Amino acid sequence: MPAVAETIDTVRDVTEAGYKWGFESDIEQDIIPKGLDEDVVRLISDKKAEPAWLLEWRLKAFRAWQAMEAPHWAAVSYPPIDFQEASYYAAPRQTVAPKSLDEIDPELLRTYEKLGIPLKEQERLAGVAVDAVFDSVSVATTFKDKLAEKGVIFCAFSEAVHNHPELVKKYLGSVVPAGDNFYAALNSAVFSDGSFVYIPKGVRCPMELSTYFRINARNTGQFERTLIVAEEGSSVSYLEGCTAPMRDENQLHAAVVELVALDEASIKYSTVQNWYPGDAQGRGGIYNFVTKRGACRGAKSKISWTQVETGSAITWKYPSCILQGEGSVGEFYSVAITNNRQQADTGTKMIHLGKDTSSTIVSKGISAGFGQNTYRGLVRIMPKAHNARNFTQCDSLLIGDKCGAHTVPYIESRNPTAKIEHEATTSRIAEDQLFYCRQRGLSEEEAVGLIVNGFCREVLAVLPMEFAVEAQKLLAISLEGSVG
Amino acid sequence: MATSEAMLAIEGLAATVDEKPVLKGIDLSVPAGEVHAIMGPNGSGKSTLGYVLSGREGYDVTGGSVSFRGQDLLAMEPEDRAAAGLFLAFQYPVELPGVGNANFLRQALNAVRRKRGEAELDAMQFLKLVRAKMKVLGMSEEMLKRFVNVGFSGGEKKRNEILQMAVLEPAFCVLDETDSGLDIDALKIVADGVNALRGPERGMLVITHYQRLLAYIVPDRVHVLLGGRIVRSGGPELALELEEKGYGELQQAA
Ligand SMILES: Nc1ncnc2c1ncn2[C@@H]1O[C@H](COP(=O)(O)OP(=O)(O)OP(=O)(O)O)[C@@H](O)[C@H]1O
Ligand SMILES: [Mg+2]
Repeated sequence: MPAVAETIDTVRDVTEAGYKWGFESDIEQDIIPKGLDEDVVRLISDKKAEPAWLLEWRLKAFRAWQAMEAPHWAAVSYPPIDFQEASYYAAPRQTVAPKSLDEIDPELLRTYEKLGIPLKEQERLAGVAVDAVFDSVSVATTFKDKLAEKGVIFCAFSEAVHNHPELVKKYLGSVVPAGDNFYAALNSAVFSDGSFVYIPKGVRCPMELSTYFRINARNTGQFERTLIVAEEGSSVSYLEGCTAPMRDENQLHAAVVELVALDEASIKYSTVQNWYPGDAQGRGGIYNFVTKRGACRGAKSKISWTQVETGSAITWKYPSCILQGEGSVGEFYSVAITNNRQQADTGTKMIHLGKDTSSTIVSKGISAGFGQNTYRGLVRIMPKAHNARNFTQCDSLLIGDKCGAHTVPYIESRNPTAKIEHEATTSRIAEDQLFYCRQRGLSEEEAVGLIVNGFCREVLAVLPMEFAVEAQKLLAISLEGSVG
Repeated sequence: MATSEAMLAIEGLAATVDEKPVLKGIDLSVPAGEVHAIMGPNGSGKSTLGYVLSGREGYDVTGGSVSFRGQDLLAMEPEDRAAAGLFLAFQYPVELPGVGNANFLRQALNAVRRKRGEAELDAMQFLKLVRAKMKVLGMSEEMLKRFVNVGFSGGEKKRNEILQMAVLEPAFCVLDETDSGLDIDALKIVADGVNALRGPERGMLVITHYQRLLAYIVPDRVHVLLGGRIVRSGGPELALELEEKGYGELQQAA
């Protein structure tokens, strides 16, 4: 068998063999019955003891959603989703809210330990605070006190609704309006929890903040909402990681992330998305339909998205920047892997509104097996955005000949002073490259990992250190097979 | 010399490429401590022999056997042959865009060490080792930061192959036209590097078109590969004779 065919072969059933996060935790859950109507929205709001304004906001979103249709423009295909077949709220049953980690169900702590995310603070690598979201709720947030000393708020979204209602009210839906798109509207109606971050004026957040999302319950969707506000002159680096058990049925994950950066503030948002991708035949896996958007409201503000997308059956996601403030900067660095029957339609939107705004897009798509990988990106320069700049680089790497890579760049310039550059390449892992590596002693998997990591280097280089190592391993794992 | 004592013992080796017979029954034994040269006209199967020995896909063995240090070489995966001590310096070294030269070399070294049950080298230990080797080969450290063979000149690529060989310290080296593309000074440096590796435990197969390399790396035996067979073998003087007369006579005889 030629080497490349063998790689495809080894790569073929990788995911089943390679998905090491596919276990299910036996935890008593509080799950509401399947189905979605206004009463369910009320029930969710009620379970969280939300204020009336938030319930109203949800209901408005729900009504908007009912009038909307699921988007069809993405290059992904899947059977229609029956939204009445899922449950919209699942939470680990806990009679009293835990006051400290010692009161948390030990099985939950074990789950996170197995995932490599020990929640006990003394066991954590210093310098990273974690919010752990299990199905619909946040179960633990570490290092809260230390952050509070600096005035940084890092807590579960539901907690922020109670403790910081004025901030939530001011910013919720201000970047991604409730009726923005089908999945954002659905999220706005039924969102359960997520993380809330507020960095006060002039504060550099003293540690990396991270949220770890875990879907555990069956037949539930996960709809989390993250809101990060960085006041004038502040800065924060936020990381997000995700895994789910292996299941035959598909599960929906429809999150919304909103970022707001005021004058000279900077937000770095990194994602390592490793939801269960389904098996080699395309059974099961997460539908990852996510709306992420950041508003650079202030002058010289900066928002940087970095994503490593290795999981999910289908990924539909376009982390975007609205560059409103003068001289604001938007960045999007992405690695997306599709293997087996995975499909990804991902990219970004850079909307240049202000003067001297600039954006950089670096996208690396890797397709293996029967994977389909589409980069879809929009660069829009509005009339007032004098001297706006964009640089886009879009590279695709193919492993085997059954997969596909597609690049769909949209460029709309309404200001003649704009400078826009676009570069795109498509390449393959060649047989001679694999042989060369193997002759030097590397296994086929190691060789693929090495070449893929080389291909992604510009993106890996901007990940926070701790994540970069993890991401490199993940890239290799999601492409590796069990070689004989 | 009985083949069972040889480090590398090739018997009746036949192989096809794309269903075309290229090697048609090769018998060749290289005892430990010896350097054998292989010469022969273009297209006679020299590189093919190197690929078949190292297990490249698409080079199908149709007959014969190869024993390497007592093991059945042909039954092994390419990476296991490497771990067992077989090294091929490529006639055309391959480019690996985005893969740092130092990183590649360290991963290769550690992969081989792991397979042999030896401890891996950490970044510092590795750097120390590779720096020392580069100095001997007259290579600038800047080469470590570049991507493997990307944008390297022809001569730089060949030198990089020898660097890999020097770091991996394989038991058996197949050098496929490592001399082509080297300037006169580089040729001498590379030859010194190769000679430094010569020793009672190590065997080498040096494929070349030119006597000038063999003036620096003096072989124990010289073989002529022609039409997929070894048609003549002799001492170092055979290389001189070939340089003078060419392959004409041998071709007619074959
Ligand atoms: N991948 C391949 N596909 C088709 N034919 C091949 C392939 N590789 C080698 N051959 C053929 O096999 C024969 C031997 O080639 P090989 O590269 O071994 O010659 P060589 O002796 O190394 O020549 P040179 O001195 O030019 O390097 C040639 O006729 C060549 O065309
Ligand atoms: Mg050759």
